[in-house]
Amino acid sequence: MALKTYKLLQNKKKNILELWMKNQLADEGLREDLISNDELRSQSEELITALVSNLSDENFNDLNSDEWSPVLEILGGIAITRARQGFSPRETGNFVFSLKEALLQVLQEELKGDQQAFFNESAKINRLMDNLSVITFETFIKGREEVILRQTDEIAEISTPVIRVWDGILALPIIGTLDSARTQVVMENLLQEIVETGSSIAILDISGVPAVDSLVAQHLIKTVSATRLMGAECIISGIRPEIAQTVVHLGIDLSNIVTKATLASALAHAFKIMRLEVKKSTIIKS
Amino acid sequence: MDKIPILRMGAFLLVTIQVDLYDRLALNLESDLVNMVNKTSAKGVLIDISAVSIVDSFMGRIIGNIASMSKILDAETVVVGMQPAVAITLIELGLPLKGVHTALDMEKGMSLLKSMMDSDDPDEQETADDTITE
Repeated sequence: MALKTYKLLQNKKKNILELWMKNQLADEGLREDLISNDELRSQSEELITALVSNLSDENFNDLNSDEWSPVLEILGGIAITRARQGFSPRETGNFVFSLKEALLQVLQEELKGDQQAFFNESAKINRLMDNLSVITFETFIKGREEVILRQTDEIAEISTPVIRVWDGILALPIIGTLDSARTQVVMENLLQEIVETGSSIAILDISGVPAVDSLVAQHLIKTVSATRLMGAECIISGIRPEIAQTVVHLGIDLSNIVTKATLASALAHAFKIMRLEVKKSTIIKS
Repeated sequence: MDKIPILRMGAFLLVTIQVDLYDRLALNLESDLVNMVNKTSAKGVLIDISAVSIVDSFMGRIIGNIASMSKILDAETVVVGMQPAVAITLIELGLPLKGVHTALDMEKGMSLLKSMMDSDDPDEQETADDTITE
């Protein structure tokens, strides 16, 4: 019987493809904005060609066998591209599910008279296609996770600029939550910049940090201590009233650290340490 | 046996560590330096660790010890030129080196020591503050 099925599928490849395309195009969730019909057709054709040509009696239910690897490769490629293009999981899943439907439809045509055989064969096909859908989903999710990971990296890179506000004064505005990994990046960037510019004062501005808990405070204290070890002084600025409240309620001791409410007052403090004066000039230069 | 030279410069002692410290060397440096402070009655010790790329908790403790010992002998210790990686390591090890003064480079360390010596006389410091403005 099994021999019949895969032979049959190979012979009926054209029919299956047509049915499958019909199913896909009839689906309401079709994303014509993301993928053109021609492209969809070539993707489908590629997959089905690989599927039927690698199908044989022995490997029908053994996805680990070598013959399946081209099919899985194609399927994985499609799933990952769809993840990157912004398809939803449902739309990606429907790609495989509609193929199953097409296969079953063809099978029904062929085995019209034999209920028992139809049941046996469709059970097999179901199992096979379910396995393929699971693989599609796994790859799809992996693709999405890669996207998220890349974005996280990018955000970490972008969000830690070290600014030279004055000769010998660095400012580092921190935006977003401070976790261990980010503190590490912030600390390394800051210390590296201190060495490169020979700055003696660093201002950490935390006005963009949404909340300060004991862990974030711990990270801040670490950064300040590391800066101090390098021989530079560190001022924390941009402390909002709510943050001051939380810090005191949590019992975090920031008494060893110079803290200022705004970046401006931190800069004024830095000027004082460096014995610089800002003066309003009496003569207006045009 | 390696030995780290201790140079005398006026009222200060200069130590430049050019090799990676191993435990024995660090212990020798500690005793040599304390003896030297005692002999020369130095007012300040400058330790340049810009060439040190690896530290462990032992080394952190030795530096802390040197500072505390010098303090008892009435000399301030300034550690200069610490590498970023070294600073991060010490912080992660939980050794913020309290009581040790730090500076970015030799020049800044020297002026820090000088200003600390000057601040023994507070009036003089005040006047100096006023005259140096940009």
